[in-house]
Amino acid sequence: MKHTLSILVNNHPGVMSHVSGLFTRRGYNIDSIAVGVTDNTEVSSMTIVLNGDDFVVGQVKNQLLKLPDVLRVQDMAYASSVQRELVLISFSITENNRSEALTICNGFDVKILEMTEDSLLIEFSGNSRQVTNIISVLKPFGIREISRTGQIAIAYRNQNSV
Amino acid sequence: MSSTTEAITGGRLMVELLEEAGVEIVFGYPGGAILPFYDELYHSKKIKHILVRHEQGAVHMAEGYARSTGKLGVCIATSGPGATNLITGLTDAKLDSIPILAITGQVATDAIGTDAFQEADIFGITIPITKYNALIKKADDLARHFEEAIKIAMGGRPGLVLLDFPKDVQTQKTSVRKATALKIAPHHYERPKVKGDPQEFAEVLNQAKRPLLYVGGGAINSFASAEIKALAEKANAPVTTTLMGLGAFPGTHPLSVGMLGMHGTAYANKAVLECDYILNLGARFDDRVAKYQDFAPNAIRAHVDIDAAEFNKRINVDHILHGDLKDAIREILPFVKGGDRTSWIENIQSLKKNHPLDFDNSGDSIKPQDFLQRVYAKTKGEAIVSTDVGQHQMWAAQYYLFDRPNTWLTSGGLGTMGYGLPAAIGAKFGNPDKTVICVTGDGSFQMCIQELATIAQSKLGVKILLFNNNFLGMVRQWQELFYEERFSESQWTYNPNFVKLAEAYGIPAMKIEHKSEIEKGVDFFLKDSGSALIEVMIPAEEKVFPMIPAGKSQQDLIEFKDLGKFKK
Ligand SMILES: Cc1ncc(C[n+]2csc(CCOP(=O)(O)OP(=O)(O)O)c2C)c(N)n1
Repeated sequence: MKHTLSILVNNHPGVMSHVSGLFTRRGYNIDSIAVGVTDNTEVSSMTIVLNGDDFVVGQVKNQLLKLPDVLRVQDMAYASSVQRELVLISFSITENNRSEALTICNGFDVKILEMTEDSLLIEFSGNSRQVTNIISVLKPFGIREISRTGQIAIAYRNQNSV
Repeated sequence: MSSTTEAITGGRLMVELLEEAGVEIVFGYPGGAILPFYDELYHSKKIKHILVRHEQGAVHMAEGYARSTGKLGVCIATSGPGATNLITGLTDAKLDSIPILAITGQVATDAIGTDAFQEADIFGITIPITKYNALIKKADDLARHFEEAIKIAMGGRPGLVLLDFPKDVQTQKTSVRKATALKIAPHHYERPKVKGDPQEFAEVLNQAKRPLLYVGGGAINSFASAEIKALAEKANAPVTTTLMGLGAFPGTHPLSVGMLGMHGTAYANKAVLECDYILNLGARFDDRVAKYQDFAPNAIRAHVDIDAAEFNKRINVDHILHGDLKDAIREILPFVKGGDRTSWIENIQSLKKNHPLDFDNSGDSIKPQDFLQRVYAKTKGEAIVSTDVGQHQMWAAQYYLFDRPNTWLTSGGLGTMGYGLPAAIGAKFGNPDKTVICVTGDGSFQMCIQELATIAQSKLGVKILLFNNNFLGMVRQWQELFYEERFSESQWTYNPNFVKLAEAYGIPAMKIEHKSEIEKGVDFFLKDSGSALIEVMIPAEEKVFPMIPAGKSQQDLIEFKDLGKFKK
């Protein structure tokens, strides 16, 4: 099962190594990791997606909490939360399929950043499934380059939200 | 923000902060990047510096000092090779949860990252092995880092911390002498409140017919011996300890069943199979003890630990109490009832009688077990004993009965050959009035043998008991039992003359080879308070029993008397 951990850490050098090193050392695999500073410049937020059962994730959580620079660990699997990834995709188009491509982009709520004669550069954000989805739909056009941020997440204040 | 006074250099401040923390002794080795600190140390009247011969020795000495006194151990090295020489010892301290502060010099801040002379990223290298580490970029941050580091090393589950000081930070001036605000959360150093239900916890114990207490190194770190004894006596429950827990419960106590695990006693390992309740007190279900999920297969399992990450890490348990061991036992004690456990205790007694620790002492050769028993008798069990790693380590664990905590110093987690001699030196500095014995093997001894000079230089009364089998004995034992006697690279075809070697350092030494010399040997070895080395020649074929073969569990224990069967 995929788990998303939202982790608050002190924002100073070496903390990222401490956290990611812990995963490597204990044999846990990271699917994605996204880091950014919070409104408090001394604190960063990390979102780590990993694959593992409740036991593994419990271990990860316990070990993370032992690091002095880790301030909070929240497992989103037990909270209703919003999860997003941002992806930038550049792909090929031809005169013949340009309108088809634009229709798809419209349907997916995509932002078009650049259009040339033979290419489109788009921006899309959604949950991981949606991102994977749009990539596979655009694949037949011929993808030139993809840049994906990794997932970020935040729990809803009202836990009844979906 | 901070209390300010006259500005002093970072190096000066480092010395003052160590003094304020009550540090009386440090073990180290100087070099360019740590010279400003050493220059300030020169003036200190409170801190004694022990100059070692190799930085690995410095860490092990700090460990021996910390384990035998319960205080913080401090070791110091310069940047680059000095710092990397610490690594084995640091990893050792990490695995055995020993409170150590390691101080390293670093190249100047503007040279960091340029592959400068003697630069090594010791901060990065030690991330996986430290409880906490930091590279200090300016002298103003020094006080805070020191306070945090020492609190983390000593707090909660104790551990290793490392502070890396660039040379210019040691010469920079600062007037920030005291941290007003720490950056780490209090739960990393404050003693946690006991979490769980002590009454319910005690009741499960009360209901048990065949309870067994399983005591680990956490009992030593928590100074919980008195509480454990009270608990065992009140509950009338037998006690087994891990290798790390030896001494936390008196080895001579009628309720003691000795050590459990790979080379534990047969009766302890059998008690584990038969008990209906096992209470883990500060142990970690290490794989040398609890191989599989069916550890203590007939028992309800309960666990008390200060480190929440240890719960259900390797072995699932039914009841948990989270907190400092001493506090936790104090909280459950009032709810503990005696109960009639006569038949269980009788059962244990008959296990002890039918499966004793055993060896064949018939021939003319000296048996290490016999020799250790005599050393035990002669020292009345009051010595502090350190060991290296191998057969001698296990014989010492089996045949020297430890009645008091902090008297048994061994590398349990990492199994570091080379640990014994420097650990004994550290312990002797911390306990000048006690007999300190290093039990070692001809292989291990040569790993940190240069520290003989440290003994000589300080005229330290450390006793060295060297069992020479001209083999890496434990390796040989495995090769004999599991690799059809192919002794690949385990035999020494060259060993130095150990007696002459010791004498070269001014350490009185003697070698014995025959049983008839034992008495003379023990007397020579322990006759006064000075240093001495005794080299005891033992048969290469001698093995450590009982033994649970690697990868097997309690059911598969081989006793001395089963050896014939096993080999066929
Ligand atoms: C630094 C290190 N290297 C290798 C080993 C593997 N090892 C474990 S026991 C042992 C043999 C130890 O021989 P010795 O010190 O002579 O003791 P004995 O077993 O003969 O009593 C070895 C090589 C180790 N534990 N530590």
